[in-house]
Amino acid sequence: MDDWQPSARIETLRARARLLARVRAFFATREVLEVETPVLGHGGSTDVHLAALSLTATTGAGHERLWLQTSPEFAMKRLLAAGSGPIFQLARCFRDGEVGPRHNLEFTMLEWYRPGLALAELIDESVALVRELLPEAGPRRLRRYRELFREQLQVDPFTTPLESLRRLAGEHGGLDMNDADRDGCLDLLMGLVIEPTLGREGIDVVIDYPASQAALARHHRDSEGERVAARFELYVAGLELANGYDELTDAAEQARRFAADNARRRELGKPEVDVDARLLAALEAGMPAGSGVALGIDRLLQLALGKARVEEVMAFASPRC
Amino acid sequence: MASYSTNEFKGGLKVMLDGDPCSIVENELVKPGKGQAFSRVKLRNLITGRVWERTFKSGDSLEAADVLDLDMEYLYNDGEMWHFMKTDGSFEQYAVDKRGLGDTEKWLKEQVAYTVTLWNDNPISVTPPNFIELAVTETDPGVKGDTAQGGSKPAKLSSGAVVRVPLFINEGEVLKVDTRSGEYVSRA
Repeated sequence: MDDWQPSARIETLRARARLLARVRAFFATREVLEVETPVLGHGGSTDVHLAALSLTATTGAGHERLWLQTSPEFAMKRLLAAGSGPIFQLARCFRDGEVGPRHNLEFTMLEWYRPGLALAELIDESVALVRELLPEAGPRRLRRYRELFREQLQVDPFTTPLESLRRLAGEHGGLDMNDADRDGCLDLLMGLVIEPTLGREGIDVVIDYPASQAALARHHRDSEGERVAARFELYVAGLELANGYDELTDAAEQARRFAADNARRRELGKPEVDVDARLLAALEAGMPAGSGVALGIDRLLQLALGKARVEEVMAFASPRC
Repeated sequence: MASYSTNEFKGGLKVMLDGDPCSIVENELVKPGKGQAFSRVKLRNLITGRVWERTFKSGDSLEAADVLDLDMEYLYNDGEMWHFMKTDGSFEQYAVDKRGLGDTEKWLKEQVAYTVTLWNDNPISVTPPNFIELAVTETDPGVKGDTAQGGSKPAKLSSGAVVRVPLFINEGEVLKVDTRSGEYVSRA
């Protein structure tokens, strides 16, 4: 058995350590506080397209089911509500079933929150951080989700009839999409057709996502009056690096989205996830308006070091854990 | 027959696609941002050898293919079919046609063990061992004094394959050859 060996070279791990040091320096000069929050929580991510892992722990309260975080978002938002001011974290996250050249069961997420900052300003800061670590990344372009579909697929993600989207997605994927919903079709076209073209000539920042894909972002109106999600994704070289929100601060709306996620999970035969009641209580108490973003550190390192597979930048990728 | 869901897809898994048995080469997760996950799967069609790329929705499944790789010794060719025998002591024989044999025809040698792939108990392909020892039947005379350095020349082997060999090799010599690259390795 020779897979006791690291999946990354030792020199890559040195480069990884240097990169993490530069991330910390970037935030230190901007007076963003580094925090550490629990990996385990009483609530997990209800996101229908994420599979949170859980375990049973013996705690002061007896045997409890605890969830491994898919991102440190909930705990960090509770800190914001408690008056922490701007914070960042290099957090270990877990997502069941996510394996492949760009995915690993556990990975490192850089997540940071900026109370009082508008989404456009957070985009600027995210681009500045990416440039700090990828000096060759090139110019930044803002790309509207709707424009990308119009340009590359000649359809409008918001108004083209679902039947046409199903046909188009089925053709591109070579599979039957007749029972897919609108977001399912858009996700397939985004993942297979549009994503690979993004970030090829610089840093592409995709904005104005469909309102149905808001996750934990607010909604707002785009320049054409359409209700869209105040959310962005940042791409370099076909890789999705970061995902940012104008954060939802409305406790009631958040509770509705959690419930809707779990209802959808029941429909799809997926397990329901315990809702983070403490996050809802924190939002109720009042979280300052602002933006937050999550960035995949392993992928950034892949780009910085020219590694094709994510395992090459991790000491021990999941198959060797 | 059992079936496999996308989250069980992994390299080497044998599944049915469009009526043909396939071996999964790679399974890549495609997941745009916060969206739904898809599996982008490369599969080798075990009949044609072609690699297909297909997309599946997360949770889709494919029927398992009844495919077995067995070690079998090559016996003889009857003019139409090539006959192999299992090496497990059962003496059970299988006849492979030209299509199933494919490129392996040029690496055949009696009493050598090959991997014969069976689908529903029918042979669909034959894979030679990575290295095989074969005699040179035709080549230009060897050049004396020329050792490791220098050029190469074609040599025809007893199985019919033609490989590039060093100039010092003579007819009748037995060579070790890499069947994957078709390259000369050494004198046997």
